[in-house]
Amino acid sequence: MRSKTLSLISLLLIAAILLAACGGAAEPTPAPAAPAEAPAAAVEPTAASEAPAASSAGGKTALGLWTHSAGNEGEMKVIQQMVDDFNAMQDQYAIKIEAFPQGSYNDSVAAASVAGSLPCIIDLDQPTVPNFAWSGYVQELPVSQELLDQLTPGAMGLYKDKVYSLGQFDVALVNYARKSVLEKHGIRIPTLDEPWTLEEFNTILQTLKDSGEFDYAIDVNAQWTGEWWSYAYSPMLQSFGGDLIDRSTYTSAEGVLNGEEALAWGEWFQSLFTEGYANPKPADDQCFLQGRCGLWYTGSWSANDVVKALGDDAIFLPAVDFGNGPKIGGASWQWGISSTCEHPDGAWQFIEHVMQPENIALMSETTGLVPTTAAAAALTESYKEGGPYRVFFEMSDRFTVLRPATPGYLRISSEFEQAGLKIRDGGNVQDALDDAVDAIDQNIQDNNGFGF
Amino acid sequence: MSTQTSTGVKVEEKPRRHKDWGSKLVQYAVNIVLVCFFAFPLVFMIMSSFKANDQIFADLRSLRAFLPVGELSLANYQAVFEKSKFFRFLGNSIFISLTTIALALVVNSMMAYALARLKWPGQRLVLAIIIATLIIPAETVIMPLLLMVSRLPSFSLAEGFKLGWLNTYQVQIIPFIVSAFSIFLFYQFFRDIPKDLDEAALVDGASRFQIYRKIIVPNSGPVFATVTILTFIGTWNAFLWPTMTVQSENLRPVMVGMQYFFQQDTEWGEVMAYATLITIPVLVLFLVFQRSFVQSIASTGIKG
Amino acid sequence: MQSVQAPPQTERKSKKQRDLVPAVLLGAPAIILLIMFLIGPFFAGIGFSFTNIRLISANPAEWVGLRNYQRLTKIAVLSVEPVTDPATGQPVTDEQGNLVYPRSRDFTRDTEAYPQYAGTREWFTADIGDTRYYVLAGDPAFMKSIVNVVFFALIVIPLQTGLGLLLALLVNQKLAGRNFFRTIYFSPVVTSMVVISIVWVFLYDKDNGLINQFIGLFGLPAVNWLGNPSTAMLAIIIMSVWQGVGFQMVLFLAGLQGIPDFLYEAASIDGANTWQKFRYITVPGLRSVFVFIIITITIAAFQLFTQVYVMTNGGPDDATTTVVFHMVRKGFREQEIAVASAIGVLFFLFILGISMVQRFVLRDKEA
Repeated sequence: MRSKTLSLISLLLIAAILLAACGGAAEPTPAPAAPAEAPAAAVEPTAASEAPAASSAGGKTALGLWTHSAGNEGEMKVIQQMVDDFNAMQDQYAIKIEAFPQGSYNDSVAAASVAGSLPCIIDLDQPTVPNFAWSGYVQELPVSQELLDQLTPGAMGLYKDKVYSLGQFDVALVNYARKSVLEKHGIRIPTLDEPWTLEEFNTILQTLKDSGEFDYAIDVNAQWTGEWWSYAYSPMLQSFGGDLIDRSTYTSAEGVLNGEEALAWGEWFQSLFTEGYANPKPADDQCFLQGRCGLWYTGSWSANDVVKALGDDAIFLPAVDFGNGPKIGGASWQWGISSTCEHPDGAWQFIEHVMQPENIALMSETTGLVPTTAAAAALTESYKEGGPYRVFFEMSDRFTVLRPATPGYLRISSEFEQAGLKIRDGGNVQDALDDAVDAIDQNIQDNNGFGF
Repeated sequence: MSTQTSTGVKVEEKPRRHKDWGSKLVQYAVNIVLVCFFAFPLVFMIMSSFKANDQIFADLRSLRAFLPVGELSLANYQAVFEKSKFFRFLGNSIFISLTTIALALVVNSMMAYALARLKWPGQRLVLAIIIATLIIPAETVIMPLLLMVSRLPSFSLAEGFKLGWLNTYQVQIIPFIVSAFSIFLFYQFFRDIPKDLDEAALVDGASRFQIYRKIIVPNSGPVFATVTILTFIGTWNAFLWPTMTVQSENLRPVMVGMQYFFQQDTEWGEVMAYATLITIPVLVLFLVFQRSFVQSIASTGIKG
Repeated sequence: MQSVQAPPQTERKSKKQRDLVPAVLLGAPAIILLIMFLIGPFFAGIGFSFTNIRLISANPAEWVGLRNYQRLTKIAVLSVEPVTDPATGQPVTDEQGNLVYPRSRDFTRDTEAYPQYAGTREWFTADIGDTRYYVLAGDPAFMKSIVNVVFFALIVIPLQTGLGLLLALLVNQKLAGRNFFRTIYFSPVVTSMVVISIVWVFLYDKDNGLINQFIGLFGLPAVNWLGNPSTAMLAIIIMSVWQGVGFQMVLFLAGLQGIPDFLYEAASIDGANTWQKFRYITVPGLRSVFVFIIITITIAAFQLFTQVYVMTNGGPDDATTTVVFHMVRKGFREQEIAVASAIGVLFFLFILGISMVQRFVLRDKEA
């Protein structure tokens, strides 16, 4: 028995030594313990993702591409097709995809930046683009004015007015409702030109609450954490007249994130929970779909689920006008080129290819996401004039306020979330916002103004 | 309590039997309540893995959440295999775990042997330092460690020399071989092995290494088993480190793969299916080795 | 041999020297790896903590001395009197009739008049008489995180130790199926913490969660377990004890099996009752296990992270923020590695201190 254990250990040890000798069995060596996929993986050429410098494969220069879409079948399919098309239509470059799961993608990219192993083409979360641009990890894109003019606001990643990334799709924030419920309670159906006002909205929430038909009048997904807070709730703040930072200088949040307007937003946002209109911590996002909540404030990504659950009764309403017009967040995942890329021309050719209306439309058709040019929208069933989701395109074209284009945004977002959580949980609004301002300003100062 | 079966006094037997019965019944009752308490989250996980999102939420309010009722299907499992390279991840994790374990057993036990059985200057200091490293939170060293491994040289047959360990198996293995906790367990165990065996072997002219190999290792099965299991739990659950250092899908371990299923609209059934798939093997392994594991810890002879 | 005749001094010394070479050879792999992958990076982290290094940045890292430490550890107390109406000289009250105080921020932001409060934020307040005391801290979230982990540790250490012992006593009985019970109680230990955390979020849900449904059977109101600052840490504690106690059970079980049967038999003959046997045989017999368990739980408890990360993200209102969580938030989300490193160093010193106190106290009794 003992000798068995020993021999097992020594066997493993030999395997380990062999492995170490082979340099940790870099990909081409089939993994000894990977049954199903091993043969396929063994013949797969790799290099692309490993070396930031492109290497040659089959006469073509290989360019690495990273995407956050692992596990998302729709997006993966489109990316694969765009890459296949691109590889087939020219004979200079061959793009190799490496897919990451979204949840940990930003950590993977940040780590790769630090370690100097970014590929040529990277998929970036738009709010993080200024940080990468300021630090010199991505390069400016040679984008033409002609293309820029066609794009919706959420299609670009900027830093100091230069373009560093372009995106094929966007999402819109929307209030979902049941037509029958609105009619039953005599609630006016708002339009893009005449959205609900603050006062009207408060009355509606009270009406829905008083009806006794729902656990909560509205579900605002306050249980979600991270980026959702700035993405979803800072547009409300902006509609109240506040903002996350003073956008004329990008050097302070004083008076903007803690001024009168911001305070008004905070008090109102807190009342959602103290008045019992919204659940501060729902366990799931099914409240509206299962009829336990009257309204649902979330992204256009849920439109399909809503239509599936409600059919004709589903209705998409624009964001509420809290005083300064309806506002929604914008910009999603976008394509950028790393500074270490040795063939930026090839990478740019690919991004131009991706930004063709047909490809934008393809992405939209497959994933249901909002296209970022009018020409692409016209090519889709859902977003063309008169299409069922056209309203999302209009919203994102008209109401989008981008998140502040500064490297300090990481801290801003984190502080805004912490302040928002404190407000949600019943804390003093002014103190929460003041704390956020102090921390944001301190951070900007510590980093010498982030280049501003 | 009736644990200790006393040897004598037959007179007591009758009332005692009666008492035994009662206390057995109580014990079973307590155990059953506890089994429910300890098993219910896992049962929930397994049952949910056969259900669609709607049903999981619909069942959440009642005991149905723990029962195989309603519309059950293997659709979630199918999705797991389609959306991720599950078997590849599983293979990677098995390989990484086994290799780490094999190296950890050798390296840590040799260190512990030197500390427990040999006499050399600086011994106490080294032991104190190793114990102090127990306290370093892994998250503190992760950034400097990343910077370092990205600059370490490595060699492979396919690519020759290159700089950087990123994207390899070794980056997921080598930093995790040494464990202060494992060394400590080995040290405790080795210290209690009778010294006469060494002395005799020394007289016969055996070297220190031969004593380690021929006397210490064969007499320390239990502690090797303990370290094996503890190391396995650690490597199997690795997440943050591979997220940062492994970019190639073909080298990813199971916990990173689970992230594939957290999407904008998470299908919780798929998450549960994936979780079940990576949990069951560990549970089965433990079930099989349960008895020897308990015994091994028992004979590890933990002393403060 | 040695007890019979003490070896001469020279021989002892030469033995020490003779062992040095094999000791170095045997220990070298572990020591090299330990230095490369733990101690070295840890010292690099100490280095980082004196700079302003950021994860990615356009600015070169600069030496900032103790700035990160000062910001983290700065504490000040500010006492203020109620606001008085300048016309009447009477204290002003709000609608509820409470006294109104000046806000702490009026002082912390006034760096000219009150430089001693610069860079601090309100941590908590205390009213003594009519005077209000603001306790200000450079990083209140860090202070809260320390309080939180200390609280967590103070509850979890005795609770998990006690329950572990009870479980061990229970499954040590000669009962059919006890191996099954042991396995079930141990199973959470080998299950991934991420998986377990996700499952418990479902169970803790306010409206649909099974835990609330269960306590509802007894007519108790639903509790917003993870959403309420006063219950969130408790929820984390319950779940953590549930997850970890199986390991202590196994350790105690091991200890119980190491106590020789004849001690109990002798005690029975002497007429000892069950409690006396437990008190005078079992407890002393488990002493070393107790020490081991307390030290290891302490270290693990202070490093609480995964549950918090998955279940509450540090909230609500920082009620479940732990030191490691705060460190990860600073280092990754906000990319401030320098600050995160300083937190790591302070934290290391903190646990080191506690461990040394523990070792001292526990060893003292042994003597």
